[in-house]
Amino acid sequence: MRIAVPALALLSAVPASAAGVTVSVEIPKLDVAEYHKPYLAIWIEKSDQSVAANLAVWYGTKLKENEGEKWLKDLRQWWRRAGRDLKMPIDGVSGPTRAPGTETVTATPTLEPGSYSLVVEAARESGGREVVKVPFTWPAEAATSASGAGTSELGAIKLDIQP
Amino acid sequence: MTVRRHLALFVTAAVLAAVPFTATAHRQWIVPSATVLSGDDPWVSFDAAVSNELFYADHNPLKLDNLSVELPDGTYAAPENIATGKYRSVFDLHLTQPGTYKVFTAGDNAMASYELNGEKKRWRGKKDEIGTAIPEGATNVELSEGQNRLEVFVTRGAPTDTVFKPIGLGLELVPVTHPNDLFVGEAASFKLLLDGQPAKGVEVTYIPGNARYRNGTGEAKVTTGDDGSFQITFPEAGMFWVNATQQDLPSQIEGAKRRVGYTTVLEVLNP
Repeated sequence: MRIAVPALALLSAVPASAAGVTVSVEIPKLDVAEYHKPYLAIWIEKSDQSVAANLAVWYGTKLKENEGEKWLKDLRQWWRRAGRDLKMPIDGVSGPTRAPGTETVTATPTLEPGSYSLVVEAARESGGREVVKVPFTWPAEAATSASGAGTSELGAIKLDIQP
Repeated sequence: MTVRRHLALFVTAAVLAAVPFTATAHRQWIVPSATVLSGDDPWVSFDAAVSNELFYADHNPLKLDNLSVELPDGTYAAPENIATGKYRSVFDLHLTQPGTYKVFTAGDNAMASYELNGEKKRWRGKKDEIGTAIPEGATNVELSEGQNRLEVFVTRGAPTDTVFKPIGLGLELVPVTHPNDLFVGEAASFKLLLDGQPAKGVEVTYIPGNARYRNGTGEAKVTTGDDGSFQITFPEAGMFWVNATQQDLPSQIEGAKRRVGYTTVLEVLNP
């Protein structure tokens, strides 16, 4: 079992408890004639705007013949920074669109120490598009919170960092 | 006429054929319905015309006789559902593979005007036919040649650069910034080539679409540097018509003048 040796070595290199983030995103209830749940992406970007981690991508996963993927490019920033280089679906990241309300996502991203932004982008069929960024520093010395808010397609965004 | 002995100098690329060369102020364009696409099975619909206002079909449809598409894998395909109307041509492209596609027409033509028995005549054809195009006894013979390229890019998934290889004839654009990755406020870089060499000191014009809904032309110009490079920081999102034209260049056809043109339409997105 030659392969087992490096595989074990790799596993042992992972810290026993990883620092984590909890993101809550409010999808506002909109009073419009034709409402479709928004496509929404949550990711962490580095200071150069490259992607450090994808946390969530919610799109029309239930449409037949992968029709939902046709509209992923409407998440314009996410598509540019991450989506176009990825194969959908992404295990543990992608999922179906969510109804209005507050959604919570948790993750234990592997990040180098430094400055980052949490980015939330929403795009809605026959509706608008909005991007909200919440800057933060990694790692956190103690439990830290940061927040932001959208004005049209997104409501309150909250980021909790666990050291 | 000493035209014939010069004709051996020409190498005609197989992908080039006779595209009528528009020498007027009319602007030729191909506008894709989208340039950035996702999913496994996207299609793009294209409008193509020669018009005064950008991008309104108000003059003539673009002739699609030489329309070709270079696929990301380097092969060529013809678009589908081609139709030509009074003012506008349309066609569809099925993006069957991931990467960047080039949709283009490229012309390499010779033109002549002359008088015969008191009557003015015009001729247009391939460069290697010009030696036999002028009849005996023709007077006031004027010869010209031109290479004209019109191309647009669309990308499914991640952008690729396989379709940017120049053929080395006429004016060509080599993108430094990918043409399907253009955003407002970011400097985009390109390189202009003439016959495969850096085209220095050439004026490049860029004009936004939606001309009908503003008073000014919105036209701006930039001049290429010694290495043929130029930068554009697009001021707004939308479709931009980008053109470079050079006239009165020396020709390999004796006594002829040469005109070269390059046009592309670029989509600029809001970040």
